[in-house]
Amino acid sequence: MTPELGYAVTVAALVLAVYGAGAGALSAAKGRPDLRASSERAAIGVWLLLTACMLLLVYAFLTFDFSVRYVANNTNRGTPFYYRITALWGALEGSIILWGWMLSLYTLIVVGRYRRTQPQLYPWALAVMLGISSFFLLVMTIPAPPFERLSPIPADGRGLNPLLEDSGMITHPVALYLGFTGFTVPFAFAMAALIIGRTGDEWITITRRWTIIAWYFLSLGLLIGGWWSYHVLGWGGYWAWDPVENAAFMPWLTATAFLHSVMIQERRRMLKLWNLTLIILTFSLTLFGTFLTRSGIIGSVHAFTQGSIGIFFLVFLALVMLGAFSLLAWRIERLRGRSELDSIFSRESAFLLNNLFLIAAAFTVFFGTVFPLLSEAVKGQKVSVGAPFFNLVNIPIFLALIFLMGVGPLIAWRRASAENLRRNFLLPVAIGVVGAALCRVLGVGNLLVLLCMGLVVFVAATIALDFWRAARARRRTGDGWLEATWGLALRQNRRYGGFVVHLGILVIALGVAGSQAWSTQTEATINRGASVELAGYTIRFDDLQPVEESNHFKVVGTFTVSDRRGPYTVLTPAKKFYPQEQTPIAAVDYRLGFMEDLYLVLGDFARDGSHATVKVQINRMISWLWIGGLILTLGAALAIVPEPRRTAARPRPDHVVVA
Amino acid sequence: MKRRAKFLAGGLVIVAALAYLVYAGVTQSVVYFVTPSELGAAPVAGKAYRLGGMVQPGTLAWDPKSLDLRFTLSDGRATVPVRHRGTPPDLFAEARGAVVEGTWSRDGYFQATTIMAKHSEEYKAPHDGSQAGYKELLKTLRGPEPKP
Repeated sequence: MTPELGYAVTVAALVLAVYGAGAGALSAAKGRPDLRASSERAAIGVWLLLTACMLLLVYAFLTFDFSVRYVANNTNRGTPFYYRITALWGALEGSIILWGWMLSLYTLIVVGRYRRTQPQLYPWALAVMLGISSFFLLVMTIPAPPFERLSPIPADGRGLNPLLEDSGMITHPVALYLGFTGFTVPFAFAMAALIIGRTGDEWITITRRWTIIAWYFLSLGLLIGGWWSYHVLGWGGYWAWDPVENAAFMPWLTATAFLHSVMIQERRRMLKLWNLTLIILTFSLTLFGTFLTRSGIIGSVHAFTQGSIGIFFLVFLALVMLGAFSLLAWRIERLRGRSELDSIFSRESAFLLNNLFLIAAAFTVFFGTVFPLLSEAVKGQKVSVGAPFFNLVNIPIFLALIFLMGVGPLIAWRRASAENLRRNFLLPVAIGVVGAALCRVLGVGNLLVLLCMGLVVFVAATIALDFWRAARARRRTGDGWLEATWGLALRQNRRYGGFVVHLGILVIALGVAGSQAWSTQTEATINRGASVELAGYTIRFDDLQPVEESNHFKVVGTFTVSDRRGPYTVLTPAKKFYPQEQTPIAAVDYRLGFMEDLYLVLGDFARDGSHATVKVQINRMISWLWIGGLILTLGAALAIVPEPRRTAARPRPDHVVVA
Repeated sequence: MKRRAKFLAGGLVIVAALAYLVYAGVTQSVVYFVTPSELGAAPVAGKAYRLGGMVQPGTLAWDPKSLDLRFTLSDGRATVPVRHRGTPPDLFAEARGAVVEGTWSRDGYFQATTIMAKHSEEYKAPHDGSQAGYKELLKTLRGPEPKP
């Protein structure tokens, strides 16, 4: 019964979404309020039906309804309760439901928020969003139906992919998809602005805020993905330049470029065309990312292999890009900028460079991801470019971006005088140089790491300098330091939110540099009772025990670790044997620390427990990634909070319009 | 106009530098994907390859003490002996696909730095015979009285 009901609900949602998109477009074109109300009701209906779809599937999971193929493929009677709920998005079909549902939720928010305030832009934006929803519902109806019936009904299911039995699985896809789908809102408003020809300030304000929101979730998704990779996959890394990671990273880069270049448009009325292009690119890249993940065209640890769905995404992507860029070409006359660049030493030019480097990074990631495909198609030669390529090309680009991060927010608009440069940068540059020199004295030998440290210290100094000046100015009005700081953060939340994000990036940069340069590892086979040593740790192999869990069986090794001061901790890495998997899966154990993590992977072992092979890694400064990530997301959250009205209404002093 | 030209020239210089960076990156780090027959036909010592094939049954030798792993990859027509230092990855087994990255050694074997076991994304339904030795393993670890 459930498969048929689910399918019926999906089809109903598809019909409603198509109708709503049509009615919305017609109401916008002809100015008919009755049709508009009707398309709003359709948007609400689509959300209700998709919610019903999700609940129905969750219900099927909770009741082990193996007549639904998706349930049978992704769970079994031993799957723990929480993972029966998250199995909802554990594979292709369910993840499309989640996607569609989030999109319908964003549509609903747009209806609630802009129905009254944006009478011109809103109807077209609604039509575009419902049109995109229609596509995802079409995918749910034809190439990837989540409610496909399985017959005969099996006694038990296949079980969830064991790698997905992790708490990261609860949050990572949700955050990532909220980011991906979130970029639909700016795209829809950009399209609406192009259609009605009002490419002025309203769409920019709406688009900017929604881009920050989507960017916030996408950043969160990427960070949790890194954490999942680190503590589940057992290779001791957080980022592998895997095609699917790249797919999520590319829209992040273009959205970051937009968040910066949009400030030039707000301030100087320049770069309208460029900003629209960035919005279209970002949205297209989210579709391209989904295409990469779902089509199985590129082998990847996260890719779901399904053939027929790829062509749907490819055609839709082609239509979206064709439509959007045609609209852009049609309105090109209205998008000409009104001002020009005055000087190389100006904030505009710093931001332009920032955009150039971000787009270059996005392009190199794109190029490296599709290069194997291109090479095979053109030369018939199978090749791959892995992490070495991405690291080699991106390290200089990201170092340049860090440098600009220090320059951009402080340099003057239009033309920076020598006095402005001296006042803002002399001290930070000096502190940066001293910082790098100090690191050298403390024994940092790697040149790239030294450069990175120097740049990070320089940028941190610019942020501190700016903040100190602003807080001092506020203190003159009688506030205490704490009040002054707090007041600044709240009153100019976009600027200071941006600074906090920058600080987060700096901490992450140190984590990346440190972990790349100073991590160390060894692998050894140890007899029971014997030990292996690495970097001051002594790891003794004590015991090997079998443990039975509800849906698997595992062999747990016990290792007692002591450091120079004495006993440190006991780690228990394991190997898990799932009946549905042909080969075992390693379960890492680790002890996180501020400067270094101890990370143990159980390799081979003797069946009588007499010896075991263990990989020991000392991963340095990895925690900085998570701390930096936390700072970054806090900063983004601060920037999302609406600015107080009085700040927005006042003519802005120079340093307000930056985030 | 003159200022515009200057900006354009500056931009072009940066773009050219980035293009060179990408070009150098590709030429330095491109890894050719070869089959055992292709590698056997024209092996170049010291060049990075990614070699894909099936682990020939009966050739897998793993010495836990020295962490020395040896096996032969085959594509049905040719075979290549492979050596690696370290535990075989979880999904690695005889008669299964594997991709190894490394270099051809002058002494007539492929020195692998990474082993990537090919693993299908389709999760197989449990059936007898899969995970050979699973029950036996449970038994030996538990001692003589295995729990059902």
